[in-house]
Amino acid sequence: MNFYALFAQLLELAIALIMAPILNGWVNQCRAWLQNRSAPPLLQTYYTLSKLFHKDVLLAHNASSLFRAAPYLIFSCMALASAIVPTLSTELIFSPAADAIALVGLFALARVFIALAGMDVGTSFGSLGSRREMLIGFLAEPALLMVFFTVSLIAQSTSLSTIVETLAHREFVIYPSLAFAGVAFTMVSLAENARVPIDNPATHLELTMVHEAMILEYSGRHLALIEWAASLKLFAYSCLGIALFFPFGIPSAADPAALVVAAAILLVKLAMGGFVMALIETLSAKMRIFRVPEFLGTAFLLAVLAMLVHLLLETGQ
Amino acid sequence: MIELAFVLAAPFATALLLGLFGHRRGAAEINSAGSLLTLLAAGLLTMRVIGEGPLILFDEQFFVDPLNVFLIALTALVGFTTSLFSRPYMRVEHDHGRLSAARLRLYHSMFQMFMCTMLVALSTNNLGILWVAMETATLTTVLLVALYRTPASLEAAWKYFILCGVGIAQALFGTILIYFAAERVLGHEGGALLWTHLDAVKTQLEPTVLSLAFVFLFVGYGTKTGLVPLHNWLPDAHAEGPTPVSAVLSGLLLNVALYAIIRCKVLVDGALETHFAGNLMIVFGLLTVLVPAFYLSRTKDVKRLFGYSSIEHMGLITFAFGMGGPVASFAGLLHMTVHSLTKSAIFFAVGHAAQMAGTQIIDDIKGLLKQSPTIGWGLMLGTLAILGMPPFGVFTSEFMILTTAIKHYPWATPILLTALGVAFAAMFGKVQGMVFGEPSVQPLSHNPALLPVFIHLGLVLMLGLWIPPYLADWYRQAARLIG
Amino acid sequence: MSPSLIHAIPLSGQVINLCAAIMLLLGFAMLSQRRVLTLINLFMLQGLVLFVSTLIVALTTDQSHLLWSAGLTLILKVFALPYILHRLIRRLSVKWDIETLLNIPTIMLIGIALVVIAFNVAQPISQLSGTITRATIGIALACVLLAFLMMITRSKAVPQVIAFLAMENALFFAATSATYGMPMVVELGIALDVMVGMVILGVFFFQIREQFDSLDIRHMERMKDE
Repeated sequence: MNFYALFAQLLELAIALIMAPILNGWVNQCRAWLQNRSAPPLLQTYYTLSKLFHKDVLLAHNASSLFRAAPYLIFSCMALASAIVPTLSTELIFSPAADAIALVGLFALARVFIALAGMDVGTSFGSLGSRREMLIGFLAEPALLMVFFTVSLIAQSTSLSTIVETLAHREFVIYPSLAFAGVAFTMVSLAENARVPIDNPATHLELTMVHEAMILEYSGRHLALIEWAASLKLFAYSCLGIALFFPFGIPSAADPAALVVAAAILLVKLAMGGFVMALIETLSAKMRIFRVPEFLGTAFLLAVLAMLVHLLLETGQ
Repeated sequence: MIELAFVLAAPFATALLLGLFGHRRGAAEINSAGSLLTLLAAGLLTMRVIGEGPLILFDEQFFVDPLNVFLIALTALVGFTTSLFSRPYMRVEHDHGRLSAARLRLYHSMFQMFMCTMLVALSTNNLGILWVAMETATLTTVLLVALYRTPASLEAAWKYFILCGVGIAQALFGTILIYFAAERVLGHEGGALLWTHLDAVKTQLEPTVLSLAFVFLFVGYGTKTGLVPLHNWLPDAHAEGPTPVSAVLSGLLLNVALYAIIRCKVLVDGALETHFAGNLMIVFGLLTVLVPAFYLSRTKDVKRLFGYSSIEHMGLITFAFGMGGPVASFAGLLHMTVHSLTKSAIFFAVGHAAQMAGTQIIDDIKGLLKQSPTIGWGLMLGTLAILGMPPFGVFTSEFMILTTAIKHYPWATPILLTALGVAFAAMFGKVQGMVFGEPSVQPLSHNPALLPVFIHLGLVLMLGLWIPPYLADWYRQAARLIG
Repeated sequence: MSPSLIHAIPLSGQVINLCAAIMLLLGFAMLSQRRVLTLINLFMLQGLVLFVSTLIVALTTDQSHLLWSAGLTLILKVFALPYILHRLIRRLSVKWDIETLLNIPTIMLIGIALVVIAFNVAQPISQLSGTITRATIGIALACVLLAFLMMITRSKAVPQVIAFLAMENALFFAATSATYGMPMVVELGIALDVMVGMVILGVFFFQIREQFDSLDIRHMERMKDE
């Protein structure tokens, strides 16, 4: 057992769990600033979570056990996902398991459960949300996979640790394919995290919501877990983006001091990433659900292009 | 050296002059005088080349060899006769109120500019300049085709611009590819776009690149030649532009585009040592002979009719050069000459006929022979000549192409014969209706200049009966060059 | 497939490769664009990328004539042409969305197919090139084909012209970046032709609109062979 790896892993998980709601709050704050509104406090998500944890759970009469189990499953999926993305160090206890395709699978698993839970009670909004969620997932997943394939081709491995290690610790080389993949990844993460061009996380307008529609029936700690899972998902995606496209500063050597530096760098990068996301959200208008396939199709196309560009420009055959 | 400078400078200077004074009285005379000067210079150049052999001039950017010298002479000649024809033609158009003075200025200036670009394209040694000249030729003719500013002419010009613009872009890509291949052999400063240099090292050029380059060049310049399936612009442009423009488009521009293809084919053949380029030309040549033949019978507009006929003949010439060998290439060159002479003569006659009838619809033109025997006979004889009736020159070249085809590509012969037969039936019937019968046409307000028609037809007749030895010698040299 | 090969490319070559990738990206962006104004801005960006790549080639290979053509690119394609186009659409008041003849996802899929074809075609060539940025020829070819696709899927005159100019951009890119600069005469000629073409089109647009009351090319389908 490698204690350094264990320590780094635990630290990363802790940071993920703690920072995820703060990141969510930060994005909301930036958004408010950009839109000239008075901003909610940075810890607003925490307040909401604690409020929800203190409330009783109200269940629908016909809710099955799946409905009750789903929040825990989703939360653990997202926590695991945040844990395997190598953000602080490439030497983690989960590194051997941190496979890009497995990560996509993990996200898919959570999606399946949240969609099932949405349909469980049988309200029309829940089914509607689930259906939309599955549509988005169905289109976003191939694009995400393509992005992973591109970086995997560059690193010659699907292991996230190896990918980050290859990208972070090499002499400076411009990979045009990464630019394409980065844009595609940004589009996918907007869609996956129910962000503005696709979905509005702040909306309570029933007809337009996707994510919110699925969790309408949840309350109390269940809802808190789901909200926390959602912010973890955002955190995981942000970290993934950072790890794949801006991996500079992630140490590979077993050095606790480097870990601290890495954590600081990570925070700065997350803050910037969150600001960029808020900027994108402010600048774009929510699109009709019928336009979503086009949006995600473009993401897929970009990812495919990234792969093609890599094969042509970068392999040097 | 001075002769070539004159050949290029005369039309350019005339274009500038007419750009200033093209709307005044006497513009048509200046136009003819400029063309005459070009013709004289071209004649002197030809004599010089006969006497001294191929010339390489102006820092190697220009050159004259047996292949292009006869095309230069032909271009200058047809340019001159067209300028003679355009004088009364444009006056009548002006009288009918179809053209304002400003348009007339544009027409005269662009006509000379067009001649200039074609002569540059023919005489340049630099494949890049060749491309630039072809593009400029496109732009000038776009303006000429849109001269009347009617919806139909704008549509034709737009179609022409877009199709040829795209086509010519493909040709540029082909040129870039050739440079790409040549740079490895000749180096960066070694004149990697100069045809003579390329020709010297053609066996060392990379075959894969060259074959790809040829595909692009063939598509690009082929669009301009009017090869099927990229021929759509051609009938429209011929029908909607002023008739002198139709005459030079058919008679000259198509030749120049084909000349560009042939130049490139020489390089590609040298690099590939296979018959790839030839096969490509044979297939598309045959297609181009066959398809327009079936459009001919459906065409109602007389200028479109002869536009389609031009496409067909371009296909035939492409096919001939595709077969290659001394006889077929000789026939191809001869056919280029006679087609351009005959077709421009036909357009001269058709232009006046359409003016007399006030329409270009075939069914509304009747009894040309009674009203104006010269135009009637000119049209009839021209049509017979272009359809390949002996003793005209077209017959000779078509006969040579057919016999070569029978010998080397027997499967192609029925296709050729079918196409020629269908074309004959369709065109002869239509022209017969126009020439004979009770007149529906009015006499013209200006005396038509029909001398060019009969000069051209006379030359075609002469070439059918007897090819002057030095001309035959040239053709043979050029055919050897093409291979 | 060894990743070490890319490390052998010097930084300038890498930047040119990046430019190539951005060209391709812009090609697709133009293909999927619905608004004329954005289309013009994208075209301007493409010109800017072209300028950067030409400048880098000029500086690294020490060919002063390429500096000229880079400057020409900057003036023509980044300032003059977009300005003319902007003025044109303001004067013609054509700010509507562009209609495409096929729906956009289909166009994109065809576009991908074209890119694959172009890369395949260019693969044997790029292996032969002496320059380090050899792969850009494939990208340039892809951009040419994308512009071509854009041209045939748009029904309005202005987008068609932008597509035509984008095609010129791609060719110019091939000429400068893939072959490290063709002879100056040619570049001058290209620039001149683009300019002349624009002037002609400026005249043309007005004429077409006068005659057809619209810049929609589909109105121009009267000429048929019956």
